[in-house]
Amino acid sequence: MKEMDKEKGISKEDFIEDPRYKQCNKEAIYACILGVINVIWWYAWGYGLGSKPVSEYKYLMGFPDWFFMSSVLGAILFTLLTFLMIDKLFKHMPLEKMNEEEAKKYIEELK
Amino acid sequence: MMEDLNISVLIALVIYFVGVFLVGVYAMKYVSRARTLDCGTGFIDEFFISGRDLNGFVLAMTMVATYLSAGSFIGGPGTAYTQGLGWVFLAMTQMPTGYFTLSVLGKKFAIVARKINAVTITDFIRERYRSKSLVIIVSLSIIFFFIAAMAAQWIGAARLLQGSIGLPYVTALAIFAITVIIYTTVGGFRAVVLTDTLQGVIMTISTIILFAAAVKAGGGITNIVRSMKEINPGLITPYGIQEGFMTKAYVTSFWILVGFAIVGLPSVSVRAMSYKDTRSLHRGIKYGTVISMVLLLLMHLVGAFSTPLVTGIESGDLVIPTLTVSLFPGWIAGLILAGPLAAVMSTVDSQLLVVVGAIVNDLYGNYIKPNDRDNTKKISKVSFISTLAVGVIIFIVALDPPDLMVWLNLYANAGLISTFLWPVLLGLYWKRANKEGALASMIVGIGSYILFSYKWPRPLGMHAIVLPLILSLIAFIIVAKMTKKPPKEIIETFWGI
Repeated sequence: MKEMDKEKGISKEDFIEDPRYKQCNKEAIYACILGVINVIWWYAWGYGLGSKPVSEYKYLMGFPDWFFMSSVLGAILFTLLTFLMIDKLFKHMPLEKMNEEEAKKYIEELK
Repeated sequence: MMEDLNISVLIALVIYFVGVFLVGVYAMKYVSRARTLDCGTGFIDEFFISGRDLNGFVLAMTMVATYLSAGSFIGGPGTAYTQGLGWVFLAMTQMPTGYFTLSVLGKKFAIVARKINAVTITDFIRERYRSKSLVIIVSLSIIFFFIAAMAAQWIGAARLLQGSIGLPYVTALAIFAITVIIYTTVGGFRAVVLTDTLQGVIMTISTIILFAAAVKAGGGITNIVRSMKEINPGLITPYGIQEGFMTKAYVTSFWILVGFAIVGLPSVSVRAMSYKDTRSLHRGIKYGTVISMVLLLLMHLVGAFSTPLVTGIESGDLVIPTLTVSLFPGWIAGLILAGPLAAVMSTVDSQLLVVVGAIVNDLYGNYIKPNDRDNTKKISKVSFISTLAVGVIIFIVALDPPDLMVWLNLYANAGLISTFLWPVLLGLYWKRANKEGALASMIVGIGSYILFSYKWPRPLGMHAIVLPLILSLIAFIIVAKMTKKPPKEIIETFWGI
């Protein structure tokens, strides 16, 4: 999955690699990272606070703290992070088939 | 029986069914226009992927509505009712699906699909691996597993109709089946995504209303949580009320099953090739994440909060209908109950279309009668007949309903995920992926999953899906490394410009 090409848009093979893929691969990796952080947040708060005896639970907005932090706040936080990821890291690009000229033009635009 | 019918609930639901029909008729216009076009595969493109023109809102709605099923609206809240907040915590593992699926398949999948003109996931597999046996395995797996999944969903829908308006089970099942089959047959993918959008909106509104009403009826969240604690302290822990059921490893493994591996479900991933442009995609991811968060959190909380509110029901599946009918006057209850019904419908219509796609586009159009692929009249007839036939088969399967549909549903999903996840992901991102590797991963994935679910239901404490997915990834990589590289022209088609 990590087989990405180091050179700008052109691979070691004797054909021009689609110049859009570099950005596509990056975006997929960002989403994976966000996903992993999401799991860690959920697990750490949920089991970190939730494993205490029930009598020691504190309450936030009526919910037990482990639940509020992992599932309520976590859900809102990761929705916001998704928005941030899209706005800051994702890029617009054409999706249609490209010919060689369009590809070169696209590479130029990236620079 | 007729005296038991709850007329006002019935009226609301009838209005809803009529609305769904109208959407189907609207989409039919596009399908018939495509049918009269002379140029080749216009019908197939329209019927299976609506000409790739989804905008962000429709993309988000159809995505969420497809992966949130009866499980999330009836079975899930039903289990939250018996297990408490721990099950809501578990349900939140599905939230990343909103951003994960669309970002990971991402733009690359949409670009590749356009390069090779794919309208189904099997099209992708066929072009990427060029293997007849692979396509046949994939198509059969779609047909077999989706029929099981759909039967479970239809049972849920029929139960819902039975529970809320007192229709006999068979009548309820028939009404539901006929509606879905008709609008899917006449309108194809466009009818499916537009009804999904309508249904997504209904689901969202009814979830919010139901949540607000449940909180109010219970006297506020603090009060409800206190009563839950009094009933059983386990209800407010992440471990549930049964020792050894919701263990850490088991609950966490749901991140794999319902969160990340959903990428492998063909009914979901086909949507990642159907949006119009990157603007639609970006909006789709944002809206989809918000909607799935709201729906998952609130609906499961309603289930958990019902523990003090609803007593004396025979099965957790009945908690949502029972609560709704007890909190709202008839016709509002009907509109709210249209929510879960919509969830079911929007899942099965997509699945039905995927099964018909497997039969018509992947098997018939490629191997049985390749010449008919461009013959719009013939192919639309075959589509119609197979939609009908599949519908009747599911109806028969659903007539003899097993009790816990959550598990049945998860079983089928896991089978599909083991089939598709790695061949799609590695096919997209790994140049070295070849047909031998894909075949090995499918055989190892499905084989070990079936074996595990019988012999070792919780390998290492996790859900039975996790280990087979890892094993099938290893099998893919080892076999692909040991066999020939894929032909150069495939790599050029997929990676070149």
